[in-house]
Amino acid sequence: MKSASPSLLTYAVIYLIFLYAPILLLPIFAFNDSAIIALPLSGFTFDWFYLLWETEALHQALYNSLTIAIITAVISTILGIFAARASARYDFPAKRGIVGFIMVPLVLPEIIVGVALLVVLVQLGLALSSWTVIIGHVLICTPFSIAILASAFRNLDISLEEASLDLGESQVGTFFRVILPLVTPGIISSLLIAFTISLDEFIIAFFLTGTDVTLPVYIWGQLRFPARLPSVMALGFLMVILSLMLLLTAEYFRRRANRLSGAADTDKGLF
Amino acid sequence: MPSDTTSRDTLISIRNVEKHFGKVTALNGVSVDIREGEFFSLLGPSGCGKTTLLRMISGFEMPSAGDIHIGGEDMSEVPPNLRPTNMVFQSYAIFPHLTVAENVGYGLKKQRLAKAELAARVDEALALVDLDGYGTREPHALSGGQRQRVALARALIMKPKVLLLDEPLSALDKKLREAMQSELRHLQRTVGITFVLVTHDQEEALTMSDRIAVMFDGKISQLDTPEGIYKKPADQRVASFIGVMNFLPAQVTSASDRTLGIDVAALGKLSCPQDDRFAKGDKLKVGIRPEMLTIVYDGEKAEKNSVPAKVADIAYYGDMTYYDVVFGDGSHSASVSMRNTAGRPILPIGTMTRIRWGPESIVLLED
Repeated sequence: MKSASPSLLTYAVIYLIFLYAPILLLPIFAFNDSAIIALPLSGFTFDWFYLLWETEALHQALYNSLTIAIITAVISTILGIFAARASARYDFPAKRGIVGFIMVPLVLPEIIVGVALLVVLVQLGLALSSWTVIIGHVLICTPFSIAILASAFRNLDISLEEASLDLGESQVGTFFRVILPLVTPGIISSLLIAFTISLDEFIIAFFLTGTDVTLPVYIWGQLRFPARLPSVMALGFLMVILSLMLLLTAEYFRRRANRLSGAADTDKGLF
Repeated sequence: MPSDTTSRDTLISIRNVEKHFGKVTALNGVSVDIREGEFFSLLGPSGCGKTTLLRMISGFEMPSAGDIHIGGEDMSEVPPNLRPTNMVFQSYAIFPHLTVAENVGYGLKKQRLAKAELAARVDEALALVDLDGYGTREPHALSGGQRQRVALARALIMKPKVLLLDEPLSALDKKLREAMQSELRHLQRTVGITFVLVTHDQEEALTMSDRIAVMFDGKISQLDTPEGIYKKPADQRVASFIGVMNFLPAQVTSASDRTLGIDVAALGKLSCPQDDRFAKGDKLKVGIRPEMLTIVYDGEKAEKNSVPAKVADIAYYGDMTYYDVVFGDGSHSASVSMRNTAGRPILPIGTMTRIRWGPESIVLLED
């Protein structure tokens, strides 16, 4: 490999600093023994983490967020399986149009989705709750699930299904003995991505949540109180760690899926 | 030599089968009977409909018209998983998430065999294809030839009435392909199951089959033994698809009850047995194989059925030499193959010589 030119290297370093410096500030101030977010650092402490531990409202928000994220991940992955299978294996009228339409929320501004859903839900007379947040999150997570699962289903050689039928297995048996095992890594990857997106999502949750706020909405509320800022930093730090772990796990399963389906190892994916 | 299967019963009966994909016609009225225990090949160029026909026998495609019976049973309502056929796929379709033994035993799961019996059957199938002891291997660690054997074992363990093979050797290199040809032939005789092979490789079809159906444009052009197809091709397309064939224009000069007199370009007049495809004055093509033409070497006397020719090009194959020769007046040429036996020199380009042919080795083909 050729070494990069000095100017490109400088650009890359500046870019990375710009990208990650704010995130690096999280742990620094999360462990800083001062209520004011400013340098110089005054000392090391775990106090902010203890504070998180003792805040009941935070626990409730975390519980809400986790429930919403898990249900969202499951629903959008199931919907994704159907859509991905259909788009990878069957031909039907206006297939491109329909598939394209499902993918639109991927690029739609979330604030538009949030406002539109709010109007519709209020018109329908539905009370805002965790379930309305789940509806919104499924809407934005499903396209991601489809994108991940479609590649898993597309990599599946159709002659494997035919071989299973040929060997006397039924359609349903073939799904469970051949198709499902081969797309399982894709399914896990889809669950993790949808979970992560839902957990971090703020705008839609802000519009559609009732009295049970989600974690991002709770954090936003805390920003009004400067004294709580360091504990928000501590919380942010924990969430970054969690998100990173989820992403790495999802990537591991995505690569395993590629290896199983025999796809070339040239596709190195996200990392 | 191919075994004699002419006296056996019909196993697969295909009647007036048609298949249309939208406006494209893949099969256009195919009827053929495949006999019990024979090695049957569907041979043709890509797009001739041979794979479609195979997929209809296996149940992955349904005929647009006509019907298929296997063992006397109408197959039109029978899905692939309930048919007495098993297939070796072109890509082998080995399940990547299962071991070799799990792949081979896949189809037996429905039979709910005891663990020991299942293992015994799997071992037996693996032994049949010379893969003893490979049961615990993962498919990705196998070579192409080994994957092919796993696919064979996985199909044969089902004890099907018919084994369908979709271009099974096309992914292998030449040496391995030739070895597998004779192995497949041997295997077919051992198990006695009807094999239906789809291939575009004429050599593969000739060496392995009891009978061959040569297909063009969704129809069977000729159905015969390998020898029949090679020696008596039905038309010019079959003749040029199977091996090498020289074509020379000719015209019928006389037709009686018994004989047909024809005038062949470059070779001259000759007399053939009567053939009701042709009448006096008809134009036709005469086909003659390169090995049926002989170069008359110096010292050998010029004789009947020989004409002067000039060597235009040479291709040396070690055991054989192929000559391109131009006949007397320079308007027609032919390919001649000569075995390189001891004491026979390779003639240089430009040599004037004579070409001898036998009237019995000539095939008359409609123009």
